[in-house]
Amino acid sequence: MLRFIIRRLIQMVGVVIVLSALVFAWLKVLPGGTVGALLGERATPERRAAMEKALGLDQPIYVQYWEFVKRAVRGEFGASTSVQPGTDAMDVFLTRFPATIELAVCALVIAVLLGVPLGYLAARRRASWFDNVSIVSSLVGIAVPVFFLAFMLQYVFAVKLHWLPVSGRQDPDVNGTRVTGFFILDGLLTREFDASWNAIKHLILPSIALATIPFAVVFRITRASVLEVLDEDYVRTAESKGLTNRVIRGRHVLRNALLPVVTTIGLQTGGLLVGAVLTERVFSWGGLGDALALAFTRRDYAVLQVCILMATVTFVVVNLLVDIAYAVIDPRVRTR
Amino acid sequence: MKFTRKAAPAAVAALALTLTACAQSDRDTGDDAASGGDVKDTITFGAAGAPELFDPFYATDGETFRVTRQMMEGLVGIKPGTAEIEPELATSWEPSADGKEWTFKLREGVKFWDGEPFNAEAVCYNFERMFDQNEVAAGGPAGYWADVMGSFKSDAANALYQSCAASDDMTAVVKISRSTSKFPTALSLDSFSMQSPKALKEGDANNVTKQGEGFGYPAYSKNPVGTGPYKLDKYDEANKTVTLVRNDDYWGDKAKTAKLVFKIIPDEATRRQELEAGSIDGYDLPNPADWGGLKSSGNNVLVRPAFNILYMGLNPEKNPKLKDLKVRQALYYALNRDQLVKTQLPEGATVATQFMPDTVSGYNKGLQPYAYDVEKAKSLLKEAGAEGMTLQFAYPSEVSRPYMPNPQKIYEALRADLEAVGIKVTVVTAPWNGGYLDTVDNGGYDAWLLGWTGDYDSPDNFIGTFFANLKANDFHTSATSYGAQLSKDLTDADAIVDETERAAAYEKINQQIMEQDLPGLAISHSPPALVVSNKVKDLVASPLTAETFASVTVSK
Repeated sequence: MLRFIIRRLIQMVGVVIVLSALVFAWLKVLPGGTVGALLGERATPERRAAMEKALGLDQPIYVQYWEFVKRAVRGEFGASTSVQPGTDAMDVFLTRFPATIELAVCALVIAVLLGVPLGYLAARRRASWFDNVSIVSSLVGIAVPVFFLAFMLQYVFAVKLHWLPVSGRQDPDVNGTRVTGFFILDGLLTREFDASWNAIKHLILPSIALATIPFAVVFRITRASVLEVLDEDYVRTAESKGLTNRVIRGRHVLRNALLPVVTTIGLQTGGLLVGAVLTERVFSWGGLGDALALAFTRRDYAVLQVCILMATVTFVVVNLLVDIAYAVIDPRVRTR
Repeated sequence: MKFTRKAAPAAVAALALTLTACAQSDRDTGDDAASGGDVKDTITFGAAGAPELFDPFYATDGETFRVTRQMMEGLVGIKPGTAEIEPELATSWEPSADGKEWTFKLREGVKFWDGEPFNAEAVCYNFERMFDQNEVAAGGPAGYWADVMGSFKSDAANALYQSCAASDDMTAVVKISRSTSKFPTALSLDSFSMQSPKALKEGDANNVTKQGEGFGYPAYSKNPVGTGPYKLDKYDEANKTVTLVRNDDYWGDKAKTAKLVFKIIPDEATRRQELEAGSIDGYDLPNPADWGGLKSSGNNVLVRPAFNILYMGLNPEKNPKLKDLKVRQALYYALNRDQLVKTQLPEGATVATQFMPDTVSGYNKGLQPYAYDVEKAKSLLKEAGAEGMTLQFAYPSEVSRPYMPNPQKIYEALRADLEAVGIKVTVVTAPWNGGYLDTVDNGGYDAWLLGWTGDYDSPDNFIGTFFANLKANDFHTSATSYGAQLSKDLTDADAIVDETERAAAYEKINQQIMEQDLPGLAISHSPPALVVSNKVKDLVASPLTAETFASVTVSK
């Protein structure tokens, strides 16, 4: 197991190196650039040239790449130009990462806590009204555009009912102390429980909006997988030898059916980390998705590079964890 | 140690305890001295983007200035609701006969937040600080100085600014290299705000560095010291809020509300929901389509007098047919701008008669717009032998500007008008910052949509920006017969010291541009707006988007 983990981590380093070169090349061939973004209508040829010189963008591309590599080795990706100008891109990432994790974890918890049991029940009661309703609602979850759903959630729960806040991560007047950047955790650590509670209230609507798609996916995979397992010989054997329903469901059906579900969850997590662009924007969440979108339109190269590389690392790590979870669920994997 | 199941909860508990011990709440729980009565002690305003930094000298964007304007003041201020200048930290100013030496009388009794006195020495320290920039700052973020003053200390011969001297404690004399209409008006720019010399020195404020492919700023830029009615309390980057608190030692009328919070909400629809939920008191840049709905739900839409221009640029070098004045006029007559303004632009938008709005001195009131006249357009094209000409006409995507809220819709309307007189339009589009601006700069389009929002009340900031630089301007006037003369006329007019005489000269140039030169087609002026709930009192919309919040109250 340990060797497996180490091998995967070494592979990750290779992936990151190759990707960094690709990302660099890709950014350089994109039309437009940092200078244009910063100057806008005020770009005269002289101002443009002066700024390109000041940023070293007048150098040949291989010189720029070599500079980039030298910096990257030292862990320096340079200052952000638009997302948080002047701030080191890695710090921009670190400020925003907790926001994204908070949201993604919460959305994933909702998706799994609803998706797995509902998927299981729907399979057990195949073709019943419950099954049909669940399938339709999961389809709706996929089909409704996130921004529309978000808008409706805000309108009903914030504007009309005043139960929950419209957007943001915490009310400004809460003035919570920042320790880790995870607002809920920070409130607990500093015993500012009202700050945690306020952060939780802010988290509810965006998590629901973000959870709809992973919920639908998890639900459908669970349902299909359980249906498949229910037909297996060993389930029939277990039933015929008189095992209790509880043992059959827990040990034989669910455990076997969960394998594809866990893979799906792993893949969905990667998507949640960088794919929450719309949700983050509509809810002014200030996470990575929001940073990536802004960095792209304003050609903030440093932030783009860091975000893409770190997203890759996270993705690889999450998938490694999925593989480990496999081993825990399925003893056969461990012995291989 | 073997990590057993039993040990796990204990370890987690121990870790939690350790972290709790390290992490102490440093929250200020003391309530702000309640302003009492029926007004709130906090104004919360929805901003569309984050401020870039807090030292306005290195900023060029509106989101930064919105914040720094509440904290910093310049020698010259802006009269609320107008683009005109008025005394701020200087109480009066006087030019020498040749317009090259300006004597500023300074306001008595002003202190920076750090207790440092504001005097002539501080003024000159600020000017020298702005002038003496390293290569990185000069090429990059010190943009407004570069625009207005031409260059920096390292290239002093080409700089407008020459020197500053304190003739007595409260009198500063600034010398410039030539008389120009932008001085002292341009000193109203937020970038040229006065900051505490002591804090600037201690914070090594000029130490801008190149970091990777971006600019690194000194710590001072996060913690500046000015003289304004509000001071920076904190910028919570993780929660995207900027909090300012009242400066109780302010020299003038103290801010009426103790706290001013800018909540950064990038999405316009979300800003609206926040306002309707009552969690913000107002926001910037409501979508013109929403103005009606916002008003009917009891909010006040404050329309800023337009201080911008949308134009259709033309490049005679790219398409030689455009060298003929008749062709350019034909294009102009073909456009139904009255309808464009009514259907595609916000309420209050107007058809342009020249390349500057009527809020700028030097505006020629006598000019009439080119009327919509299809027949005239066709006959002019015929005379020029350009019937059925092809025109490659571009618009930007992924952008919305105050003068052009929806580029594509504006474009479609103009394109239909051009096609109606027989012009074959080749449609081109590119993302604003994904090739569009670059191509305009490189002269890659026959015709394109672009515009300008003025920075200060000077004709030079509009037509000077467009046409005075003969060597490099988007309209490629160097390739025309009139370009050199126009450039000279603009430079001469800019140098006139007497304001009335100067305004008259610019009026004449405006007429010349529109009637004889026509380098491009001035289309329209669109007023941007901001919206506040009906509980907000005394916020005055500014054509320069230079709203100040010190006088604003919000009832409970």
